[in-house]
Amino acid sequence: MKQSILILTLFFSAWPQALLAEQTDLQTLRQEMHEMQSLYEKRIQELEDRYKAQMKALEQRIQAAETTPPPTPDATGSRQAVVAPQQQTAANSFNPAISLILNGRYANFSNDPHEYELPGFTLSGEAGLGKEGLSVEHTELAFSANVDDKFFGKLTAALASHDGSTEVEMEEAYIETLGLGHGLNLRAGRFFSAIGYLNEQHEHAWDFSDAPLIYRGLFGNQLNDDGLQASWLAPTDLYLQVGGELLRGDDFPAAGGAHDGVGAYTLFTRIGGDVGTSHSWQAGISYWSADVEDRTGETHSHGGEESAETPSFTGDSNITAFNFVWKWAPEGNSTQQNLKLQFEYFNRNEDGSIVMDGSSPLETTSYDGDQKGWYAQAVYQFMPQWRAGLRYDHLDVDNNGSDYDILEESGLSDEGHNPERFSIMTDWANSEFSWIRLQYNHDKSYSDSDEQFILQYVHSLGSHGAHQF
Amino acid sequence: MQKKNALLLLVMAMLTTLLFSTRPAKAGLKVFACEPEWGALAEELGGELLDISIATTGRQDPHHIQARPSLLARARRADLLICTGAELEVGWLPLLIRKSGNPKIQQGNAGFFMATDYISLREIPTHLDRSDGDVHASGNPHIQTDPNNILQVATALADRLEKLDPDNADAYRERYRIFADRWHTALKKWNSTASSLSGIPVIVHHKSWSYLVNWLGLNEVATLEPKPGVPPNSGHLAKVLNMVQKNPVRAIIFAEYEDPRSAQWLAKQSGIPLASLPFTVGGSEDASDLFSLFDSTLRRLQEVAK
Repeated sequence: MKQSILILTLFFSAWPQALLAEQTDLQTLRQEMHEMQSLYEKRIQELEDRYKAQMKALEQRIQAAETTPPPTPDATGSRQAVVAPQQQTAANSFNPAISLILNGRYANFSNDPHEYELPGFTLSGEAGLGKEGLSVEHTELAFSANVDDKFFGKLTAALASHDGSTEVEMEEAYIETLGLGHGLNLRAGRFFSAIGYLNEQHEHAWDFSDAPLIYRGLFGNQLNDDGLQASWLAPTDLYLQVGGELLRGDDFPAAGGAHDGVGAYTLFTRIGGDVGTSHSWQAGISYWSADVEDRTGETHSHGGEESAETPSFTGDSNITAFNFVWKWAPEGNSTQQNLKLQFEYFNRNEDGSIVMDGSSPLETTSYDGDQKGWYAQAVYQFMPQWRAGLRYDHLDVDNNGSDYDILEESGLSDEGHNPERFSIMTDWANSEFSWIRLQYNHDKSYSDSDEQFILQYVHSLGSHGAHQF
Repeated sequence: MQKKNALLLLVMAMLTTLLFSTRPAKAGLKVFACEPEWGALAEELGGELLDISIATTGRQDPHHIQARPSLLARARRADLLICTGAELEVGWLPLLIRKSGNPKIQQGNAGFFMATDYISLREIPTHLDRSDGDVHASGNPHIQTDPNNILQVATALADRLEKLDPDNADAYRERYRIFADRWHTALKKWNSTASSLSGIPVIVHHKSWSYLVNWLGLNEVATLEPKPGVPPNSGHLAKVLNMVQKNPVRAIIFAEYEDPRSAQWLAKQSGIPLASLPFTVGGSEDASDLFSLFDSTLRRLQEVAK
């Protein structure tokens, strides 16, 4: 207060002088300005000192509070008020949680990865073996936070290299309700569909470095889409969730954007619970349906020759899926040892027609597809930081059509072969944020069996949210 | 179409079984306690007025719990969540809260109670880097090993119970008064026993005993984990062994849920006695409630520190 009066006095006493000094030179003015400046500096210094003193007093008060004995109740049982602690705030305190997943590998295949095919399935772009040799895989960048008291939001972007250029893929971008009530949850945006078990989990959370064959065949590894999801959690002791999704279905495998932007839907239900303290389980049934319009895939080409013709499917497509997961940890304490058993089964039925785009005269056939596939896997953590796992994949296709030659050209013929694959892996985690994995596949996706070795790292930086069961 | 019908039938069958298998709901507030100590505290302060379910047992490491379906089912129906906070449950609780579709237990609402909000935490890091191991940005969350903290949390929790269930406010007040009286008496007894332990040098497995060490005035000279959350390795253990051979230590403290092998190895090599302490209620056979938790802890420490 004293300083401000001093400054004001000085200011007003200096003012008339400055007015009078019209003839006097600039030097006097400059001098006065310097005086004012030094006064201000002095004042700021004093303020700073005062602030420091206050901070010190606060610290002492906090220390005193720490050594004060706990509240003592008096005879009436009334209590001293409990003070919530003071939180530090900064301009970036409300920044969303950011997490970054770094993922790279070395892969060695005995066959040419460009020759890869899955007889009976039209594969989409990403559904291959990936690059041979050293490569950086999907690098995920995720942002998430509570939007306000009613909504949560998340964005996951994947950086990937395709043909020499870096592309950004939007894996997830959704908002979700928080505590809507009655066990209801609504979600809108782009998200991984709740079909199956593995589909909702991020690639970095998978136990093996590649997708099960059936995921590769049906979804091109994983199914994400734009749309709405609603789910309801039952108020029961046993975990029961039911839900559904309305999806745009623009991309593989639905390709139904023509239907006013709602080309597919899913229904799903899950149940689960514990058996004693050491075991827990979850089972799920899900159903996906789409009116497919003009779904194109990669042409089935032998010997690497490029074909100008692209098969295109139009018709009904339905997938029924069943999954079961069982986890064991002694006394429910998973840090030392734990075991995870996982099984999923999918069946896709399709009914429609296939046209070979680019053919002349136009080749077309009716199509009645029946594609079944399952995998089973077991992953065992036998000591802290170390795990080992086994997986077996099996597909069974029975596709029919009026012109079988066209089915063969489309890659939809099973070629008298049931694709299967045996995988074994072991991984080491220095901490829950850093994994290094070695995997071997004996891959009989097509008639020529392939020996695949993959050495992979998956590291996560920044805040890392909880994983789903 | 047939498949669709079959699916529908299956779902309906599941729903029907569920409806009949649901146990009759107990009256009163439904409490979801993340750890046994808060379950036990709710039992002291609410007793038959509350329907308490505890998410973890005394033999589990609360850092590493799976967001299991059964926990989600319980979080959905909870009226009050009593957890430790300070990122102890960061690997599973946020997911449960978000997926529960339950407005009562969302952050900031009355049904969201974090015990560490009412304690001034120790070991708040001045600098955060994952190379320092599993550090908690808000400070050490293992507050339940100091009985003074239990009373402070009890005070706040009793307030919360009155607020959530005003019809029974008088009952909660009375129960708190009785509990606090008993706790003060017990504290006097514990403090007098504890004076003999003051200053003794100890080794701990994980940085989970800081509040106990501070309360009893123990001298924590080393941890078996080279960094918090990083399992003990032979190089670090050799260093610790070398150190204790020069400066004798009176006890090696570890929790029952921790792998005992490192502690046992060091005990064998150095001759230092092992103290397996209950980390929480149910952490050992004789720690059946909050009172016996500290009785047992002190008894076990006194035995080895003779």
